[in-house]
Amino acid sequence: MPAINLTASLNDNFDFIMHVSKESGQPVEQCYQCGKCTAGCPIAFAMDFSPHRVLRMVQLGLKERVLQSQAIWLCACCSTCTSRCPRNVDLAQVMDCLRGLARREGIPLEDRARDIAMFYDCFLNTVKDNGKLYELGMMLNYNLKTRQFFKNADTGLAMFTRSKIKFLPAKNKNHRDVRQIFQRVKELEEKTK
Amino acid sequence: MKYAYFPGCCDHTSAREYDISTRAVCRELGIELVEIPDWNCCGSTPGHSTSHLLGVALAARNLALVAEMGLEECTASCAACYQRLAMANVEMQSNKKLCDKVNWVTGKPYHGGVRVKSILEIISGLQPEQISSRLVKPLDNLKTAVYYGCLMVRPKAVQVDDPENPLVMDHLLQAAGAETIDWCSKTECCGASLAISNEDVVLKLTGKILAEATRAGADCIVTACPLCHFNLDMRQKKINQVFGTGYRLPVFYFTQLIGLAIGISPDDLSFNTHFVDTRKVLELVG
Repeated sequence: MPAINLTASLNDNFDFIMHVSKESGQPVEQCYQCGKCTAGCPIAFAMDFSPHRVLRMVQLGLKERVLQSQAIWLCACCSTCTSRCPRNVDLAQVMDCLRGLARREGIPLEDRARDIAMFYDCFLNTVKDNGKLYELGMMLNYNLKTRQFFKNADTGLAMFTRSKIKFLPAKNKNHRDVRQIFQRVKELEEKTK
Repeated sequence: MKYAYFPGCCDHTSAREYDISTRAVCRELGIELVEIPDWNCCGSTPGHSTSHLLGVALAARNLALVAEMGLEECTASCAACYQRLAMANVEMQSNKKLCDKVNWVTGKPYHGGVRVKSILEIISGLQPEQISSRLVKPLDNLKTAVYYGCLMVRPKAVQVDDPENPLVMDHLLQAAGAETIDWCSKTECCGASLAISNEDVVLKLTGKILAEATRAGADCIVTACPLCHFNLDMRQKKINQVFGTGYRLPVFYFTQLIGLAIGISPDDLSFNTHFVDTRKVLELVG
């Protein structure tokens, strides 16, 4: 990471720091960088910035860097960091908040992060259409979008032989209610953007 | 005992063993489950990872449906569904502003009042005699590695048991006659849904869990989460291919083993739909 003028970063991104604190409901300023979150994080080995560094980036207002990081997407939401934090910072909530912010701000994603976000989209699209997750539709759509047409085809076959795949979605009677949830959330979030 | 039941989206597909065995065991033990009419997906990790509001709203619609049923308690078998419903419940009760927003989003006002329990809490809440007095096939010769994963034991507001050394499922299996081994991966993360997008990460994490269970001498792993189960059972073959290991550890939902012990037939507990052969365990139990 190149040298950063922290005074300028703090001044310019004060709103960002406040926003993350407020939206996640977490006292991010409390973190004293003990690194316990990173020590217990099962995914830290695959992250570009380890969990305690992600939190530090929030404290310092390094908005763009943290929102572009792979780490916030690789977080598996296991909450080990949260349950062990001696300063009572729920880091899993902070990660959640950063992912949401990255999406709303239209941050371009790369590598692992892009695939994870794509998977989330494919998952939620089937929920939006049917009210429930439609596993086969989600997988086919994900393969199409990531251009790996035969990815997990062997899994699919093995699942089929064990009656673990349904070809048709299980649609909710009131699936329009669920679609409305998606629409209204979008509406509210666009208003507050 | 009557509970509104949230089966979760994988109930008839990848986690069919869990739904089938949960219903069978509850029927046998006098726990009445009434499926929530027109329940929808809880949003799972993709929901709250995309938008906090969306995550809470998808779960809260289900809580509103439970309230409409006139029931006070609701349960989910899937650990992820449980965590999402329970977290939404906590937030709807403690954050008035969010609650109002969510109620507008769902169009189904909910103001708290429902209690959310995991099926593990409900079954383990029975008196030990209620299980031990019904034992037809005690799991005497079986060494189990009881695996809790993340979502039922974290975060604190919704934890079913201690986040570092939970014991509630161990005690339940002990009541059914099984031996539960001490091991160090009880609450390690399996990598969950990263399996779809970043399988290498999950193979590494899941491989470690299988290694620990094997080293501790377990005959099988017991879980209460569909994602853990899928990663440990379905991906075991791939782990063996990638790391050159030879694991053949059957992975069960705790409800399957309790069911077996109280005399439900293996076919009625979906023992035949696993990826790793379960016959070894049936032979041990006799």
